Amino acid sequence: MKINEILKPTFWKVVSVIIVTIGLVSTFYRFTRGLGATTNLHDMAPWGLWIGFDFLGVGLAAAGFTIAATVHIFHLHKYEPMVRPAILTAFIGYSIVVCLLVVDLGRPENFWHPLVMWNIHSVMFEITWCLICYTTVLILEFAPVVLEKFNLTAPIKYLRIISIPVVIAGVLFSTLHQSSFGSLYLIVPGKLHPLWYSSLLPVHFYISCIASGLSMIIFESFLIARAFPKDEGFHHTELKMNILSGASFAVLVALIAGFLLKSYDFINNGKISLLIKPSAETYLFYLEIITGTIVPISLLSFKKFREDKKWLYIISICVISGLILNRLNVSITGLIASSGVNYFPSFDEISITAMLVVLGVFAFRIVAKNFHLFEAAESHETVKERI
Amino acid sequence: MLKENGILFDVTLCVGCGSCYKKCKEVNSLPQANNDFLKDHLSNNTYTVVEQYDKLYTRKLCMHCNEPACASVCLVGAIKKSPTGAVVYDGDKCIGCRYCMQACPHKVPRYEWSSTKPRIRKCIMCNNRVQEGKLPGCAEICPTEATLFGNIDKLIEVAKNRLKDNPEKYYQHIYGLEEAGGSHVLIISPVPFEQLGYVSKLPKESMPEFTMRAMEKIPSVVVGGGVFLSAMYWLTKRKNQIAKEEKNNTHGN
Repeated sequence: MKINEILKPTFWKVVSVIIVTIGLVSTFYRFTRGLGATTNLHDMAPWGLWIGFDFLGVGLAAAGFTIAATVHIFHLHKYEPMVRPAILTAFIGYSIVVCLLVVDLGRPENFWHPLVMWNIHSVMFEITWCLICYTTVLILEFAPVVLEKFNLTAPIKYLRIISIPVVIAGVLFSTLHQSSFGSLYLIVPGKLHPLWYSSLLPVHFYISCIASGLSMIIFESFLIARAFPKDEGFHHTELKMNILSGASFAVLVALIAGFLLKSYDFINNGKISLLIKPSAETYLFYLEIITGTIVPISLLSFKKFREDKKWLYIISICVISGLILNRLNVSITGLIASSGVNYFPSFDEISITAMLVVLGVFAFRIVAKNFHLFEAAESHETVKERI
Repeated sequence: MLKENGILFDVTLCVGCGSCYKKCKEVNSLPQANNDFLKDHLSNNTYTVVEQYDKLYTRKLCMHCNEPACASVCLVGAIKKSPTGAVVYDGDKCIGCRYCMQACPHKVPRYEWSSTKPRIRKCIMCNNRVQEGKLPGCAEICPTEATLFGNIDKLIEVAKNRLKDNPEKYYQHIYGLEEAGGSHVLIISPVPFEQLGYVSKLPKESMPEFTMRAMEKIPSVVVGGGVFLSAMYWLTKRKNQIAKEEKNNTHGN
């Protein structure tokens, strides 16, 4: 691409530059003035938007392990074109999460302490290690894309040898930390609102991340098709409906499983009466369940909707919104009543988060334009087939 | 051997003089936050407060749980239960994730929000003084012995005897004996504890138990998951191969 073309201002470029500039200023303030001056965090609300965003970021990046497992473990090669975008999404998502975690730490310079100071009884410790290991897995899974660009075939051969154990490790690390984000809240039975508190929280988190991670990749396919069209020289970016409707069926199964689990939890723990208690929490709960579960389940149950582009797009947005609502409800709104203070993120909290999202989208574009992200290089299966 | 110590606070004996509040500020070199100590609340500069409820005065401070939620969630082990009974904190280890504040069932830990090198702040039962053979500041200064410091088993005995000997004077419950798995700070009072602003309806089991029930499943998830995924890898590969062979055979014929 020519310099002139890069510098040509478009609406989104201008907006992105503004968001990143403001975000950088906020980041500077955050590190020079401390958390108190730049956030609305409080002794009674020690976790805010940044932690909440980490929750939903990790949930939405879940396709990295589900798609990798579908293709490499379950050998459903139909989904091969989704693997690379899913892994890249996961890697960028996790990078955002890790950056936000460091920004959120009171003592960011001590971020390396968990490597040498261990408390194996802490869920946070487990999550930290899983994040480190899984990010390594993602790098190993994505490395071939970078290596093949520079024609470095020798390392790719070695990566192929370990690829299956790496994928299995990735699934296990993801299973552990996705569920552990729910386990974080097991220790606050008196604080988290009973609509969300449940001893099954880790299982809820795990099932919902599968549904929303896949929805995220479906949603992304639409964006990719629009952002990287054929007439600009991109290949394999067009929507492949057989893949999308297949993935949406998996979303349906995961949503139903999640809904059944939630129903079981409500009936078993006598929480049904909470559903008719008028309160802000109840309304938010309904909003979350209706947008994220009930509407998508009812629509996805019909083959007609699963195979319709427009509906699939809307449904994927519903599921993603449902997850965002759920994670923010668990990490912020569900705790407000017991904390006794009203927390709303500060300007700096919002601007730093927005900056990282913009940088994430930017990173995705750069990689998509410069590497073979959509032309899934021949997997060994296809190579073997040729032989 | 170090003996496990605790604090017994008797609401009926407290006259609300605020000596404990002032002494605590003095021994911990904390700035005075408020002229009226009764209006102060726990903060990064205040590890204990005296609160007034009608004619009664009570204290708020770290409860020094037997199995502290804060210590169990701290990923770097900056918070620890000392063998002396105190729940102590090492600011050099802390990374500032603030999970301890989120996890504490008594909502005690406070944070130095305005600092760029913030620490968690809370009562550590004057652990350094105790190891020098002194009493915690609040217990040393208390003129009416409303705050007692000593061996935790003996304090439990004292509390039980007071409740038994004066049933008309005390609400028949020792706050902290069973709350959240029990703690090293015990409180006895003439009225139910929710009237004094304490977190009531805490579970009797220790808070880390809630997490352990999920954490202990991790090894089986890893082993089971690993076996399952390896098996599925092999099975689906085999299935594809057979399907391909059959296809080839039919083509061959």
